[in-house]
Amino acid sequence: MRVMVMVKASKDSEAGVMPGPKLLAEMGKFNQELIQAGMLLAADGLHPSSKGKRVRFSGQQRTVIDGPFTETKELVGGYWIWQVKSMDEAVEWLKRAPFDRETEVEIRPVLEAADFCK
Amino acid sequence: MVRDVGVAEDLAQDALVAALEQWPQSGVPDNPGAWLMATAKHRAIDHFRRSARLERKHAELGREMEEKEMTVPNFDAALDDDVGDDLLRLVFISCHPVLPSEGRVALTLRLLGGLSTEEIARAFLVPEPTVAQRIVRAKRTLAEKRVPFEVPRGEELAARLSSVLAVIYLIFNEGYSATAGDDWLRPGLCEDALRLGRVLAGLAPQEPEVHGLVALMEIQASRFGARVDEAGAPILLLEQNRAAWDQLLIRRGFAALEQARALAPVAQGPYVLQAEIAACHARARTAEETDWQQIVKLYEALARIAPSPVIDLNRAVAVSMAFGPAAALEVVEALGAERSLENYHLLPSVRGDLLKKLGRLAEARAEFERAAGLTRNARERQLLLARAEACGAGAT
Repeated sequence: MRVMVMVKASKDSEAGVMPGPKLLAEMGKFNQELIQAGMLLAADGLHPSSKGKRVRFSGQQRTVIDGPFTETKELVGGYWIWQVKSMDEAVEWLKRAPFDRETEVEIRPVLEAADFCK
Repeated sequence: MVRDVGVAEDLAQDALVAALEQWPQSGVPDNPGAWLMATAKHRAIDHFRRSARLERKHAELGREMEEKEMTVPNFDAALDDDVGDDLLRLVFISCHPVLPSEGRVALTLRLLGGLSTEEIARAFLVPEPTVAQRIVRAKRTLAEKRVPFEVPRGEELAARLSSVLAVIYLIFNEGYSATAGDDWLRPGLCEDALRLGRVLAGLAPQEPEVHGLVALMEIQASRFGARVDEAGAPILLLEQNRAAWDQLLIRRGFAALEQARALAPVAQGPYVLQAEIAACHARARTAEETDWQQIVKLYEALARIAPSPVIDLNRAVAVSMAFGPAAALEVVEALGAERSLENYHLLPSVRGDLLKKLGRLAEARAEFERAAGLTRNARERQLLLARAEACGAGAT
């Protein structure tokens, strides 16, 4: 199965402050471990929401809204796509991630073709 | 400290023999898809882990070998990760050169792949007792020759890699098109093979064929979502909805292929060539856009370095698309005498397809029916019977 691991935005990430060299190095090492386990399919960090836009749909109407968006805790700041055997395995791996600040990282199973056949 | 490498090897050997004896006849896991990447938690690996003393001896052995040989610096760093470690030792020992090639593949599939001897037999187009014998003999040889439980290094690593690649690709194929039972796909096995392939690519990044194999598997796996309809019936490649192909896996496949090309721009091995063929399909936005002439060329190159009736059969399909069914039928007829293909359902299936295109419906129908009688996959049999039916009852 695949999971998306979503890292939430923070004050720093929304301010465009890059993580410190220590965290970057540790995160690089962690990513290397994921690669060596053959499970890292994709990984990206996102620019702050001030560079983002939203399109609001209402019937036929489309309204474009410019960032930044205020609900920082609900914003995604980056993500991984992992291939894992189970949610348990994903949780075990995520616990090893080197985040050093207060944060919550969310794991969500990706819908597979089989899920649409049910 | 065990300074004597011989003693350390004995300890490893004990563990191996114990594992070979104690793993149940029915294979390591209950669920063949569940074995591979549960890392250190896996019960087979646990078997080795349970003895902390043995673990220490392994570490001693590892350090001594490090002191002796520093030629593959990244290798040890990679092995620090407990994911690759024990699993790879098991794969490599099963692929040890003291074993004949077919014994290596059979043993690895049995011990690590969780495949039954019957499944292995079908994958190899040989009778089941032959495979059972190969496994028994392979185990005996490993015990008699006191093969150490370790990952090969330096030049030996490269030599033993090709056998490992063959094993991984067979596991992948077993999952990609299960040869027995009702399920067309057993994606679990494919994911296992893919992960093992990626692990290997990390351990041996200088080997183009490892990247070739990974590219091949990534691109083939990208078609999972498009290979069966809602009822679970298979959809052939050219009839698949390409929008349902997994673009992430295709991109990963292309990237792996690029790495292989960067390492070996000219000399291409069998996996890189097969990955190039898969990439031809992945690049075509519609089935009509497929560059069949290029695919024919790639199959020809493949047949030169790895002659095989199965490859010729695939070449025939490509020839049919590039130059028409009559030219392809000639290739297929030449394979008619191949005894190894006698019970291979794809031979009559392809022949039926070509005959149908040539308007020889009665003969086509008979071929599809023969193919349906040979396949063990229930869904595939339904598809073949439907194709026979489509040739018309009045065609005789």
